[in-house]
Amino acid sequence: MNNLNVMIPPERSWTTRRDRKASQIAKILGITKGLVIPTDKIVEVLETLILSGDRIALEGNNQKQASFLSAALNQVNPDKINNLHMIMSSISLPDHLDIFEKGIAKKLDFSYAGAQSLRMAQMIEDGVVTVGAIHTYLELYARLFVDLTPNIALVAADKADAQGNLYTGPNTEDTPAIVEATAFRDGIVIVQVNELSDSLPRVDIPGSWVDFVVVADKPYKLEALFTRDPRNISELQILMAMMTIRGIYERHQVTSLNHGVGFNTAAIELLLPTYGESLGLKGKICRNWALNPHPTLIPAIESGWVDSVHCFGGEVGMEKYVAARPDVFFTGRDGSMRSNRAFSQVAGQYAVDLFIGSTLQMDSEANSSTVTLGRLAGFGGAPNMGHDPRGRRHTTPAWLNMITGDSSIQRGKKLVVQMVETFQQGNNPVFVESLDAIQVGRDANLPIAPVMIYGDDVTHVVTEEGIAYLYKANSLEERRQALAAIAGVTPVGMRHDLSTTEKLRKDGLVALPEDLNIKRTEAKRSLLAAKSIDDLVSWSAGLYEPPAKFRSW
Amino acid sequence: METLTFRYKVTKSIPRSAHVGVVGSGDLEILMEPVNNGYADVAIRTRFAGYSQIWQGLLDRFFASNDIMAKIEINDFGATPGMVSMRLLQALEVSQDENK
Repeated sequence: MNNLNVMIPPERSWTTRRDRKASQIAKILGITKGLVIPTDKIVEVLETLILSGDRIALEGNNQKQASFLSAALNQVNPDKINNLHMIMSSISLPDHLDIFEKGIAKKLDFSYAGAQSLRMAQMIEDGVVTVGAIHTYLELYARLFVDLTPNIALVAADKADAQGNLYTGPNTEDTPAIVEATAFRDGIVIVQVNELSDSLPRVDIPGSWVDFVVVADKPYKLEALFTRDPRNISELQILMAMMTIRGIYERHQVTSLNHGVGFNTAAIELLLPTYGESLGLKGKICRNWALNPHPTLIPAIESGWVDSVHCFGGEVGMEKYVAARPDVFFTGRDGSMRSNRAFSQVAGQYAVDLFIGSTLQMDSEANSSTVTLGRLAGFGGAPNMGHDPRGRRHTTPAWLNMITGDSSIQRGKKLVVQMVETFQQGNNPVFVESLDAIQVGRDANLPIAPVMIYGDDVTHVVTEEGIAYLYKANSLEERRQALAAIAGVTPVGMRHDLSTTEKLRKDGLVALPEDLNIKRTEAKRSLLAAKSIDDLVSWSAGLYEPPAKFRSW
Repeated sequence: METLTFRYKVTKSIPRSAHVGVVGSGDLEILMEPVNNGYADVAIRTRFAGYSQIWQGLLDRFFASNDIMAKIEINDFGATPGMVSMRLLQALEVSQDENK
């Protein structure tokens, strides 16, 4: 009893997690050599360390995959290990879904499933995967520290030394966030490495955060996701890029930004040294970037447009170029790049003037989703970058430029731009009355429709027809009108009353190319600073080394 | 393959002819010639049949905003409506350019 005569329950243990970790690790003491798990013992070790029902954070990043560990996880006996709760940024490999099919894993919290979107949709519908929630990347990392702390982290690094210090280099990505959450709450951190080394180029993750290291049978899988061949950029995309540079970047003085990956944004990057230069914009726009190392940004960097780039992850082939440009990129004392998705996402949330991305579908209020019938791709970073963070307090000209009206208590906004052609290839309209996501959400038993970016966060929409300055709309009806005015002959666009276009243009809610002094005949491929991968290599003086699939020589 | 024709009643003439685009995958070629008969006649040869509604919508909109007397020949290889719209307006720009 205590002073207040309140009943305290009998002595509870405050070290259950620590004790559990110790007793699990004790079981494999005979197998491991210090902190090294023999390569051929990995399945046995996983079967011993993991308990059914455990929360497993598996890398599952955007570019980097702990592919040796996911293959090993696929080989555990489902009678011994089952019902695992997987926490993964990106469902990228067939292995990642095979574990569900085998009954090893049951529940999933994730962010992105682009490469596996078809199978993901099917397995959710069949009840083979139970989705906790779809997240944006930063949100998933946040939950690692709240209610989704992993029991086990399965991650990948380039090198480890005998103390377990890790070098993750350009492909650091999500690893620090996952390892920190796991290590500091008595989870078990298992790292696959390409090699053990006596001396690391630098320490990205300290050995005291790491429990076990295993040398993989081959290097971890790495995808070049952010390389776009300029040859595939169409004149339509060039027209839209010109409009964006003139009608948004120049008009609002956008100095810091993130480009969502795609040919549209690659076109913008390649037009800065040419079209942007002709407008006298160098030094005035696009100086600071939260961006993966896009090869298509090389000409702008070489031409002196770019002050800084912080990267979410690496890009295969860009390592030497980045290392040769330490004034621009974030690099360690060893000279190689350090990426960090969590911090890049924070940068993309709070510290950029503008986000620009694309989508598969958009409704008449500018809500958008890449979740369409039969495909569940998730969201990646878009919801995070594509929203206005109302916690922001510092101002920039672009952010202040979003203020309409007059009041003593005001706030600006992040520019959130959606750039889409009115139709996709195959004559699928992008602008639709109702997002497929609503139905898909119901079929997958999700509590709310999986919307990627909400219309009320969108400040601008760019199509091949023109720009809708949605932030200027005084009512929902005005927003809908401005959007319909640039929605072409899609179902949404067909409802547009052409006679209202004049007024919308006069009021500055809509701008057509002619309003921006752009002739459609100027949208030529010859305007691109680089027209091929080969050109990019030349711009980089041979430092950029494109992976085989992008080389035509 | 499908051949479609459309006719619009129009009034303004254009200074010169225009030829834009190419018959490449996802693209189209537009040949625009001045005429003087009070009509715009459009003939479309398209690789992909079944989209006459969309062509109708595109051309209705184009002529609603652009009153031009022209004979227009379109050779299409699966361009999206957005691409068609851009090429039509490019052809218009070229046809209005007195300086060439």
